[in-house]
Amino acid sequence: MDSPYIDVLPFLFRGLGWTLLITFTGLVFGFGLGTIAGLARLSRKGFCRGAATVYVEVIRGTPILAQLLFVYFGLSELLSMNIHKLAAAILAIAVNSGAYIAEIVRGAVQSIEPGQQEAGRSLGLSRSQTMRYVVWPQAMRRMIPPLGNQFIISLKDTSLFSVIAVGEILYQARQYYSSTFAPFEALTMACLMYLMITIPGSVYLRRMEHRLEGR
Amino acid sequence: MIRTRGLCKRFGDLTVLREIDLDIHPGEVVCIIGPSGSGKSTLLRCLNGLETATDGEVTIDGDSLNTTEASLNQLRARLGMVFQHFNLFPHLSVLENVQLAPRMVQGKTVEEARVIAEQLLEKVGLSDKAHVRPDRLSGGQKQRVAIARALAMQPEAMLFDEPTSALDPELVGEVLSVMEELVKEGMTMVVVTHEMGFARRVGSRVLFMDEGRILEEGTPEMIFDHPGHPRTREFLGKVLRMS
Ligand SMILES: Nc1ncnc2c1ncn2[C@@H]1O[C@H](COP(=O)(O)OP(=O)(O)O)[C@@H](O)[C@H]1O
Ligand SMILES: [Mg+2]
Repeated sequence: MDSPYIDVLPFLFRGLGWTLLITFTGLVFGFGLGTIAGLARLSRKGFCRGAATVYVEVIRGTPILAQLLFVYFGLSELLSMNIHKLAAAILAIAVNSGAYIAEIVRGAVQSIEPGQQEAGRSLGLSRSQTMRYVVWPQAMRRMIPPLGNQFIISLKDTSLFSVIAVGEILYQARQYYSSTFAPFEALTMACLMYLMITIPGSVYLRRMEHRLEGR
Repeated sequence: MIRTRGLCKRFGDLTVLREIDLDIHPGEVVCIIGPSGSGKSTLLRCLNGLETATDGEVTIDGDSLNTTEASLNQLRARLGMVFQHFNLFPHLSVLENVQLAPRMVQGKTVEEARVIAEQLLEKVGLSDKAHVRPDRLSGGQKQRVAIARALAMQPEAMLFDEPTSALDPELVGEVLSVMEELVKEGMTMVVVTHEMGFARRVGSRVLFMDEGRILEEGTPEMIFDHPGHPRTREFLGKVLRMS
């Protein structure tokens, strides 16, 4: 077992666990945030719309690495407590993906024909009932492909978190080659590790898109 | 039972309805005809509060539509509406389409709502389609489901906005016969339609709308056979030439 291609694998698999944990947990919170912000952007209340727009624009207009450092160091200083780096990483993914998911939510809800809303209201359903039982289930279906896309983006974004020594894939690769001096091999395998998820992911997404268009 | 006084509707600079005074009495079948863009749909939408009047008043049995959101929802539930493009809920089965409002608005149980829905689907001749998604239905079947969906709320009146205009000619009859069935039961109806035959058979009154006004109204015979206004004559001429 002297080939670095093989040697690095146990490290990378440990990293894969962290990467998936951060991505999934971050996206679950990001979906919550994004749903709130996306619906707020469609709200009739100017304040809700304004607040959501500021959030979306600020996050989309700044690099995720700056957001991570803000959460990890900035917030720690502000609250004078140590934020765990895993928590910081998850929070960064949540806040960052939330802004993009907000736009996905808004677009999907707006893409539902106004006639659906009218039919709901004409039956006596309230605004929120119409959203919940008529518009949202249809919008959810349209959100699946862009949400899958966001998953792939966020997954790759976690690699930036090696700067605060979160043990995700890329960090593990760096650890490995700093002691063995085999960066080419380690990075090749790390990239393969990402591709192992992202390529089947996008193939699956494309199939799903076709299926959704077909009906 | 539905009454408008001085009803005006503007979208920005565009005035769509001008000073509409309209009384619809229980059991009446009022047909509205008029050129495209004359404000027929907007008028119907003002009657059930889907649009808010810019000016004037709409009342249903004396209850003003100018009220809180919550009571407006209740008022809306008292009028059924059928749209040109059906607007069925595509993610729900036919049965669920019909069940939704009774469950969510009237608080009926699934079981109660199912009984109502099944009766209505039988009435419109679609019992065998209960568990099918709307995209598997023909246009005529979709519109019959839409009628059943509106009836499920046991409305006091039904508003129809060109219910047969989007249908292939051979499917128009099945929808009209369901509507005529409702007329026989005494349902109060406001129907935007260019089906002259239907209006003649069951209409109590025909209104001719043009540029946001009711230019002329009368019995079907009066309007179709002896139109008073030149605009009405011109319009009827065009419609008759097309059909
Ligand atoms: N939501 C809206 N915003 C702006 N203009 C509208 C809106 N709804 C209808 N209109 C306009 O109002 C006019 C009347 O429309 P409508 O009531 O649909 O006429 P009809 O049903 O008689 O064809 C049209 O010129 C239409 O473009
Ligand atoms: Mg119209």
